[in-house]
Amino acid sequence: MTPRTPGAELPEHPDRLWHSPEPKSSYDVVIVGGGGHGLATAYYLARNHGITNVAVLERGWLAGGNMARNTTIIRSNYLWDESAGLYEHALKLWEGLEEELDYPLLFSQRGVLNLAHSLQEVRDSVRRVNANRLNGVDAEWLDPQQVAEICPILNTSEDLRYPVLGATWQPRAGIAKHDHVAWGFARALDRMGVDLIQGCEVTGFERVGDRVVGVETTRGPIRAGKVALAAAGHTSALADTLGLRLPIQSHPLQALVSELLEPVHPTVVMSNSVHVYVSQAHKGELVLGAGIDSYNSYSQRGAFHTIEREMTAAVELFPMFARAHVLRTWGGVVDVTPDASAITGLTPLEGLYVNCGWGTGGFKATPGVGWCYAHTIAHDEPHPLNAPFSLDRFTTGALVDEHGAAGVAH
Amino acid sequence: MMLIPCPWCGPRNEIEFHYGGQADVHCPDDPQSVSDADWATFLFFRDNPKGVFTERWSHASGCRRWFTVRRDTRTNRVLPADSTNHARTVTT
Repeated sequence: MTPRTPGAELPEHPDRLWHSPEPKSSYDVVIVGGGGHGLATAYYLARNHGITNVAVLERGWLAGGNMARNTTIIRSNYLWDESAGLYEHALKLWEGLEEELDYPLLFSQRGVLNLAHSLQEVRDSVRRVNANRLNGVDAEWLDPQQVAEICPILNTSEDLRYPVLGATWQPRAGIAKHDHVAWGFARALDRMGVDLIQGCEVTGFERVGDRVVGVETTRGPIRAGKVALAAAGHTSALADTLGLRLPIQSHPLQALVSELLEPVHPTVVMSNSVHVYVSQAHKGELVLGAGIDSYNSYSQRGAFHTIEREMTAAVELFPMFARAHVLRTWGGVVDVTPDASAITGLTPLEGLYVNCGWGTGGFKATPGVGWCYAHTIAHDEPHPLNAPFSLDRFTTGALVDEHGAAGVAH
Repeated sequence: MMLIPCPWCGPRNEIEFHYGGQADVHCPDDPQSVSDADWATFLFFRDNPKGVFTERWSHASGCRRWFTVRRDTRTNRVLPADSTNHARTVTT
């Protein structure tokens, strides 16, 4: 990695990229939630299906929820075919997204190392590498020396309590600048005539029999041909008003950043066993995350002992981090499913679509889920890539049990 | 940090506890007669309220017993026990 000045590659702060229109009385499609998934869904509704009479409703400000709270990691090295299909579709879209949106997303394919610390984890990791390759996903198994060559600041000595026995390596993985992703989509949507409405909380739904025909909001009722949920951790609260029960539990997920540092960390490192994941943002912060807090909560904060454990793991793996200062910690509300996989598809109610359950890993899927969810809404049937992620899998038993490769314990 | 009121040991730091999720989840009496939908509900579906939640905790680093707590999931404030909130062991 060549030396660079932190922040030098960041573009200037943008001028106004989108308008703030008053909501109209009706739309063909209303999307509930103005985060990455809601914006990407609206974008592909317009781009792929020509549906532009669309409103994206956001109770706070655009992309101010989990989109502003994640650790921006993008990868597609999932074990099961269903997951690999969806995340790899997303990664391929990421690879062309900057050009397509004509906006700097700072998508940086610096690769991801998923460390293995036990013999069982080594076997699981090698299996995942093989599964990835069979699915056309780039993956390699690296021994500790090869790991050290890619990430020299990582402690690969044998003295650790949980030494690094090797790692999977996905070179095409990386990070992007999350705010810019949202702004890029928002600017494109504004130009295509989609209404982005902020400060507009959905409080209920209008229905005629088993058909949802609109939403009630803090800015009045809005009728809709179709209503698509994309509200992450708050989806249960919305669905409850319809009597629709979803198999999700909302938990806090914390992240933190260090002060700005010179470029020291050239890739993304994740460890399930000692549990931390870390990359260095373009501006220079170390961005760290770990697992969810154990209990249900909507408080957008978690307990300090979760951060302590994460920092313990980080300092053991990266001894030089002991000198870094924590600048900021925060929490998001993530919606966790029993099989650690998303729910994206139709619901028992006509005209209502659900996208939730992305748990701790929704950011990387942003363009992929937008593509598939838009298809689901436009055609009233799932895209082949999100068909396995339907709500009825919990009854049929066709689960996509992806805990192992999800990267975060939940 | 939450102080969680163990009925036997008193309030303790949450790091001493293991979380057990929604309280009062019972296995169907006759599993063979349960429909697929009801079986899925028992296995996978739990309440997820934005507000008061009645949940199970185990004092894993203390007396190791299970008990029920009411908590507001918006603030994490533990609420006073009500008539349904008396300590008992897990039976399901």
